[in-house]
Amino acid sequence: MKVIEQKGMYQRFPRSGKDTRVTHYCPGCGHGIVNKLIAECCAEMGLQDETIFVDPVGCGVFTYYYWDAAHVSAAHGRASAAATGVCRARPDAVTIAYQGDGDLGAIGFNNAFQAASRGEGFGCIFINNSLYGMTGGQMAPTTLEGEKTTTTPFGRDPALTGHPLHVCEVFSQLQAPVYIARVSVADTKRIMQTKAAIRRVFEIQRAHKGYALLEILAPCPTNLRMDAQKSAAFCMNEMEREFPLGTFRDVEKGVGVAESAAAVESPVLQVKPVPQVATCAELFAEKNAVPPAEDDAAFPERRFKFAGYGGQGVLSLGLTVAEAARLERRHTLWFPSYGPEQRGGSANCSVVVSGTPIGSPAVDHPDVLVCMNQPAYERFVDDMLPGSLIIVDATVPITKQPPEGVRLVQWPALKMAEDFGVPKAANTMMLAALKKFGCTGLSGENLEAALVASFAKKPELGVKNRELLRKAEATES
Amino acid sequence: MTTKFVKSNEAVVMGALYAGCDLYFGYPITPASEIAHGAAKWFPMLGRTFVQAECETASVNMMFGAAAAGKLCMTATSGPGFSLMQEGISYLAGAELPAVVVDVNRAGPGLGNVYPEQSDYTPAVKGGGHGNYQTFTYAPASAQEMCDLTIKAFQMATKWRTPAIVFADGLQGQMMETVRLPETELARPDFSAWAAQGEAKTRENLVKSIFLDAAAQEVFNEKLQAKYAEMAKDAEGETYLADDCELLIVAFGIASRVARTTAEACRKLGLKVGCFRPISLNPFPREQLAAAAKGRRILTIELDAGQFSDDVRLQLAKAGLGAESADVTMLHRMGGQVVTVDDAVAAVRRILGK
Repeated sequence: MKVIEQKGMYQRFPRSGKDTRVTHYCPGCGHGIVNKLIAECCAEMGLQDETIFVDPVGCGVFTYYYWDAAHVSAAHGRASAAATGVCRARPDAVTIAYQGDGDLGAIGFNNAFQAASRGEGFGCIFINNSLYGMTGGQMAPTTLEGEKTTTTPFGRDPALTGHPLHVCEVFSQLQAPVYIARVSVADTKRIMQTKAAIRRVFEIQRAHKGYALLEILAPCPTNLRMDAQKSAAFCMNEMEREFPLGTFRDVEKGVGVAESAAAVESPVLQVKPVPQVATCAELFAEKNAVPPAEDDAAFPERRFKFAGYGGQGVLSLGLTVAEAARLERRHTLWFPSYGPEQRGGSANCSVVVSGTPIGSPAVDHPDVLVCMNQPAYERFVDDMLPGSLIIVDATVPITKQPPEGVRLVQWPALKMAEDFGVPKAANTMMLAALKKFGCTGLSGENLEAALVASFAKKPELGVKNRELLRKAEATES
Repeated sequence: MTTKFVKSNEAVVMGALYAGCDLYFGYPITPASEIAHGAAKWFPMLGRTFVQAECETASVNMMFGAAAAGKLCMTATSGPGFSLMQEGISYLAGAELPAVVVDVNRAGPGLGNVYPEQSDYTPAVKGGGHGNYQTFTYAPASAQEMCDLTIKAFQMATKWRTPAIVFADGLQGQMMETVRLPETELARPDFSAWAAQGEAKTRENLVKSIFLDAAAQEVFNEKLQAKYAEMAKDAEGETYLADDCELLIVAFGIASRVARTTAEACRKLGLKVGCFRPISLNPFPREQLAAAAKGRRILTIELDAGQFSDDVRLQLAKAGLGAESADVTMLHRMGGQVVTVDDAVAAVRRILGK
């Protein structure tokens, strides 16, 4: 017997351990024809080394037994997502996803659509046979109205299940794809057209031009319960009436390209070049590097809570204290309120400063509580233990006395900031209190340095705030 | 040496970049989003790839593709997204692909809230998807470890060809601490023996998780199980004040820091309390736990409904410590609440009757 060598295919298909040259496809199935065409195109273009096929779940799952190239076998519906990963990881390769109409049209539709919308660099070959093949002939999104399947035993009723999904037409609404076409393998003429279209998909991928979608109408005699001839006729008549063949877009050939509006220059909407660095060390270099914390068991741990309205700068006040601790080589931890809590208008953060590694990050009983508003005071005052300190803005009415042994300082932070003509600096006024009362255990020098550093993007504001801090300290007693 | 005062979530990205991670695929979710923010900025600056996926199902399948193509890749998410990724993690394990998933645990079930829990314990530690697979799971407890254990997660994922999980929580994700960055970047591993890289030498490679034949599937499962058994040698744990302790607090992640402060507070009260912290939750440092737990009363501190203490009991029983296993007390909070040191000290006193 003469063995005809098939281009691009393995010479043996050892599925289920059998040494065979027979594919698993049923006689008359469109997959077998398309498989042969894909293998031929890949081999004729000399792309077998460069190509990475992403195989689907469904009847196409076994293409890795046939096509002589590297394969990645994806989860059901996820071939386009997996192909995104492949082509991003290997932009120089030729990435081809192969998907059926359940895989692409139903479970994986959004993955395929979004990949097309992003203009991912792979070609997607999409087999539309109007039903689920491998799982036993159920309805697919592409099933025709009135078509009988195992889950539409009375014919697909559009009133209950909608109308057939036109994938090419939907994808044509997207800007990014460079090629979108629908072909068929129902007769010889169509098969030749399909081969040219598959070749076009490979050409686009070889040149790395962008995303390409090729939908191929294919007969499924087994599940249509027809012989090969009748299923091919079904494909040409019923299916083509619903899904007209044609090239919807081929950007290089000027097919289906909408006239794009003239680009509008916008001061807000801009794509800027990404600054490039060579190494992680360069990316994360610190201008003012601080050596790591030193263990010092003699330094007593202090726990702080800063609370107020969003916009009063309580989070940055906490950060400034944490930064001062870092400059002093203390162990430090900062933790903000987050999520919906911070969107409700109130904000708080916790800071722990310690001479030894910090255990629990939670500040259940602050040593120092700084309150910029009444809700903050009322929320945390009962957590205070004897020996601790509350600094509260002087405008806050003391509706509730602190527990016994807790020192309460009413400090006019908001008023001073107003008087100095910088209402936004109320948090700096609070820092002045922390510094003045020496309750941080940190040096004034480091508190000032941290304050200046917190305005790194606007150095003149840092200097200004340091002046205000000193002025506040000198003013109030 | 470079030190930076950063959010733990950002420390994850720094670790990933030093580990040689080339691609990040992610979908935003509080309280993990800073990881995506950092990746979106820093990956492209180093010429690496950041992709915002359309959903977590897409993220994990993009990782499947990138890992299959022989590159180190990662994603980060929180509970609801982590649930969506389980199928893909099973496929990664089934195809023996290295990849790193960070789960910054928020409170659940369902939508829950964005505050810390450790309630994803079972899917993060025992394999939350279908089939007989395991992940290599680390439980960081500081910003430093968010960086360091992310690096190790890549190393273990590579070494064992299995997905690795960095299992953190909302509190850790949001807090800022000082991180010492690594001195050097790790070299890229060579995956050309099995990956589909689009070059002549990898043309014959096939990445798949399908074995149609039951016998072949069983052989593959046995191979996986043998690998997981061997993985135990890379289990890590640590003790604190445990040498002479009467009561051992067992806790991981953020709860282990509450345990540490509790032990210190108890020592001041004259109570002999120590701590054991699993650093890897799978493989679990069973022998180390057994050595620290033998003859001690056990208290677990956890932010779940008891999934962790059940595992501690199982580990003790498997280590032959039946009596200790039967004497595990749990102190826990749920819903985004954190166990306080006051409550933990009170629990210790109750157990010790002092």
